[in-house]
Amino acid sequence: MSETWKSLKPYALITPQTLVFLMFLVFPILMIGVVSFWEFNGYSMTPAFTLDNYRGILTDVTFKTYLNTFKFLALTWLATLLIGYPVAYFLAFHVPKLEWQILLFLVCTIPFWTSNIIRMISWVPLLGREGLVNQGLMGVGLIQEPLQFLLFSDFAVVLGMVHLYIIFMIAPIFNSLMRIERSLVTAAEDLGASGLQVFKEVILPLSAPGIAIGSIFIVTLIMGEFVTVRLMGGGQSASVGKLIQTQIGSLQYPLAAANAIVLLAVTMLIIVSILRVLDIRKEL
Amino acid sequence: MQKRSLTYYLLLAFFCLFVLFLYGPMITIFMLSMQGPEGGLTFPMRGFSFYWLGQVFQEQRVGNFIEPFVRSLILGIAVMAITITASVLASMGFRQRFKGSTVIFYMTIASLIVPSILVSLGIGVVFQVMGWPTNWFTSGLGAHLTWTLPIAFLIMLGIFNRFNPSYEEAARDLGATDSKTFWEIVMPLIAPSLLGVGLLTFTLSYDEFTRTSLVSGQSNTLPLEIFGMTTNVTSPALYALGTLTTIFSASLILIAFFAYNAVVKRQRGKA
Repeated sequence: MSETWKSLKPYALITPQTLVFLMFLVFPILMIGVVSFWEFNGYSMTPAFTLDNYRGILTDVTFKTYLNTFKFLALTWLATLLIGYPVAYFLAFHVPKLEWQILLFLVCTIPFWTSNIIRMISWVPLLGREGLVNQGLMGVGLIQEPLQFLLFSDFAVVLGMVHLYIIFMIAPIFNSLMRIERSLVTAAEDLGASGLQVFKEVILPLSAPGIAIGSIFIVTLIMGEFVTVRLMGGGQSASVGKLIQTQIGSLQYPLAAANAIVLLAVTMLIIVSILRVLDIRKEL
Repeated sequence: MQKRSLTYYLLLAFFCLFVLFLYGPMITIFMLSMQGPEGGLTFPMRGFSFYWLGQVFQEQRVGNFIEPFVRSLILGIAVMAITITASVLASMGFRQRFKGSTVIFYMTIASLIVPSILVSLGIGVVFQVMGWPTNWFTSGLGAHLTWTLPIAFLIMLGIFNRFNPSYEEAARDLGATDSKTFWEIVMPLIAPSLLGVGLLTFTLSYDEFTRTSLVSGQSNTLPLEIFGMTTNVTSPALYALGTLTTIFSASLILIAFFAYNAVVKRQRGKA
């Protein structure tokens, strides 16, 4: 086997995958950048260099939409962390056998491979005006009128997002918890640490990278999110993703592109700040 | 391990509640799709039958499920074939050190974590500028690949990490060419994992919505069709469709898992 072939072989092997990414990821995103400077006359776009699109999105509405998106992000992040951590912790430290750990983890995972749309629709018979929750609460006499905020509200949007995306928080945390040397826990216990101290001083710091990776997933999933906002928010909730989607719907590509670039910048900024606080290199 | 403490029971209860949260909504629509013909969209259940499950296969007032299903099926198979080929090749490339591998690796990660609306918008813009019509089997296919390829690639990296290179070295020492080594040694060893990765890829594509939504063109894939129906369907047929398509994806995942598991066990047995 010749030396040249040996050094060229990896490049030949990665070519197909790299081409796909160049064609459908890198080039499209570069085009978004280019088009965000183009002119739009209400019907079509023409190549130009104008900052009008960026000026066009510097409005109160955009600002409020971002605030609302941050609100969804903060609530979803907090909920996925507070629910996801104990679940991952239970799986990693309280389920005795590896087979059982894998099986229970699979139980948590299966829904995430099924249709997001169906998973959202399935909240309707539970949360709707005549849904199971309202029927139940009215049945026991806790409320007289059906609760309106359960469906088609910001509450429903956050609930839907938590339901859809929580595995992206659980999986990395579970992964980093599983890597913790059990002898560290025993050592801490032998030195007289209480259960809470072991958790605070040993387990939590060692699982921080998992939390960071999970948080990054949640940020990128929520920042561009528009389907849940549309389906569960019932037209009243706003998010940046939905704003962009609406602009695309009316073929305002340059405006949508400018919005998307700002969205990308904001998302990257959040990710960089997460990486500043928590080091994930050990996990990669 | 240690004695079962109070913490254990509290966490166990919490875990059970979580599983209920995950599966509860799904179970309600399973139940509602088993109602009699007079059934509605909410509880209580009216009658019990398989009427609505049968309705899914009939011509609908509001749309047709069969054609979008066939489209999603074809697209899923195409995505699976391309993803498997590209990710196996690329992950084999990564078994050797080469210049630029970090860049390629981060590009893969980027594909996974860029907000999906950017992928959809970007592909839409490219097709618009080029004057090409968007279509589920061109722009839609590309959008799916940006999602399935990084996942398959990362799994394949993990599989090759555990792969013992001495089998290949032995084959080469005996004079086998690269392609012969691949087909006779590597392929049989990774084939069952490929089945797993393939099924995962297929389900990801089959259920993909956000990345496809803006670039699918005139004809809908199944998730897009279902999304369109959410606003105007008022019968449990929608739930029945949800039930069937969920069972379909879930069984593929279970097959994928058990195929993969069998392989890991076999490899562990050999090592």
